[in-house]
Amino acid sequence: MSVLIFLDQADGQIKKSAYELLSYGSSIAKQKGIAAEAVVLGNVSTDLAALGKYGVQKVYIVDGAGFQHVDAQVYAAAVSDVATQVGASIVVFSHNQTGKAVAPRVAARLKAGYVSGACALPDFSNGFVVKKTVFSGKAFANVQIHTPIVVIALNPNSYQIQEADGVAIVAPLSIAVAPASIQVTKVNKVSGEIPLAEADIVVSGGRGLKGPENWGIIEDLASSLHAATACSRPVADAHWRPHHEHVGQTGFQIAPNLYIAIGISGAIQHLAGVNRSKVIVVINKDPEAPFFKAADYGIVGDAFEIVPQLTAAIKKLG
Amino acid sequence: MKILVCISKTPDTTSKIAFKNGNTQFEDAGVQWIINPYDEWYALIRAIELKEKNPTATIHLISVGGADVDPILRKAFALGGDEGYRVDTDNSDSYYIASQIAAIATQNQYDLIFTGKETIDYNGSSIGGTLAELLNLPFISLATKFELEGQTATVTREIDGGEEVATVQLPLVVSCAKGVAEQRIPNMRGIMAARTKPLKVVAPVAVEALTSVVNYELRPTKTGVKMVAADNVAELVRLLHEEAKVI
Ligand SMILES: Cc1cc2nc3c(=O)[nH]c(=O)nc-3n(C[C@H](O)[C@H](O)[C@H](O)COP(=O)(O)OP(=O)(O)OC[C@H]3O[C@@H](n4cnc5c(N)ncnc54)[C@H](O)[C@@H]3O)c2cc1C
Repeated sequence: MSVLIFLDQADGQIKKSAYELLSYGSSIAKQKGIAAEAVVLGNVSTDLAALGKYGVQKVYIVDGAGFQHVDAQVYAAAVSDVATQVGASIVVFSHNQTGKAVAPRVAARLKAGYVSGACALPDFSNGFVVKKTVFSGKAFANVQIHTPIVVIALNPNSYQIQEADGVAIVAPLSIAVAPASIQVTKVNKVSGEIPLAEADIVVSGGRGLKGPENWGIIEDLASSLHAATACSRPVADAHWRPHHEHVGQTGFQIAPNLYIAIGISGAIQHLAGVNRSKVIVVINKDPEAPFFKAADYGIVGDAFEIVPQLTAAIKKLG
Repeated sequence: MKILVCISKTPDTTSKIAFKNGNTQFEDAGVQWIINPYDEWYALIRAIELKEKNPTATIHLISVGGADVDPILRKAFALGGDEGYRVDTDNSDSYYIASQIAAIATQNQYDLIFTGKETIDYNGSSIGGTLAELLNLPFISLATKFELEGQTATVTREIDGGEEVATVQLPLVVSCAKGVAEQRIPNMRGIMAARTKPLKVVAPVAVEALTSVVNYELRPTKTGVKMVAADNVAELVRLLHEEAKVI
């Protein structure tokens, strides 16, 4: 019995979400008094032994050229085989793009009960119960899992990374890898920008900014904070900003530490995508804007005056 | 070509979220029900567009749920689709639901199965992947573009920090996100035709649910916003730095 933590990688590096997941998986292992182990598919240059710091005792590497891109079928077969070989009873994923593709397949293969969008450690006081976000972040469900094997996908940015001393054993594992049926022909990385999903801080603009030519103040503020930029739906629909910046019920759901909403009214569908943010700042010229009710800090005023001042003040902070 | 579109019934996006019976059930009094936006705007509309290009294609709709789902399937029919299935059960475990869809899919041998990327109520993002595994088919999740040339699909999908273009042979399961198609409004002809389209109600196959919801909790509301004067932006920076400790 062990917890198996799936470490997602991109371009030969373990993704940021994987560190959070290591802490989460290791904490579950501690709760249950079982081993915490991790698995990486494909070659990475990350120092895997050093991942012991996050509480994991062993990291399995399954080598193979077939892991360069995510083919859910290939990945799921590999992770399930590893889980079976090492006797894992709990398999954890990050509920990111890779996790959404692979985790449900792994669960089905292992006939494991699956909870996605988990946001807290399981509760073992009455069976195996995992809390997950539902209704687009407006509520939580406590879900009981009835199977001996369990698969959990953790919402990114919902568990505190914990570091201690420790070195993990790195163990190559050989399993038969099926050929991929998905042929990736092109990868378009949003370069030079911080990916929205991984950003600790997000600066977001709405229709109140009047037009795409005014986004300079948003970008300046974002760069002063090393933040990603986002926008409301009408802004993306009007092509003022690219679609991948659209957050909300029908766009990306994000959970940064800090979300700064500028010229966004705070419609319920917008809130559904950002209400998991730890701290929300709203800048809006309308004191009645509904967003203030969902905010931690607010300024009533004209974005075109406030935002440049804010950027300047942040730069002073150093 | 045979396409299956999975349809889920969800509360309207403006619904007040509340729970009843000791927080074990969603409070549905006064709630307007809609087709899950991802299922409608992206999955269903893309299927309809494919049929417009290739009129010999047939589109089946499927939903797993009680009789209260029928009006939602009729709404979907108003946009398009030829025939529908409703698997008559209230169970909501994703493995259970996917198993029901898999049973119909095995009977009918679809070339293409579309789901929305997630439902806006349970936010599982799990039916497509589970279904693909049960049917042993390739799975493209979070597609933002879908093109078909003969038996080869070219799909753009979200990856962390960008997107990826991939080709894959049918049959295939795809979960659809924004970009795959544009929202449409049903026309009068569609609404009339929807009434008479065949909708088969079938009994569920015997499968065990692997999970169940114990209860729900509302997200605690913010305790109140701290307002900062417009001429004192430095104070906001201080609060974010010293009090909230987020910058
Ligand atoms: C099914 C459905 C799904 C939807 N999904 C989404 C979604 O995913 N994401 C999303 O964002 N929306 C979504 N919407 C749309 C949503 O209902 C709102 O219409 C939208 O969020 C409004 O965008 P906005 O706040 O940018 O614009 P507006 O509502 O027009 O608000 C603009 C705000 O800017 C303020 N403002 C104007 N000038 C200034 C200035 N100079 N300085 C400061 N403030 C100023 C105004 O006071 C106002 O509050 C959805 C709607 C539906 C029906």
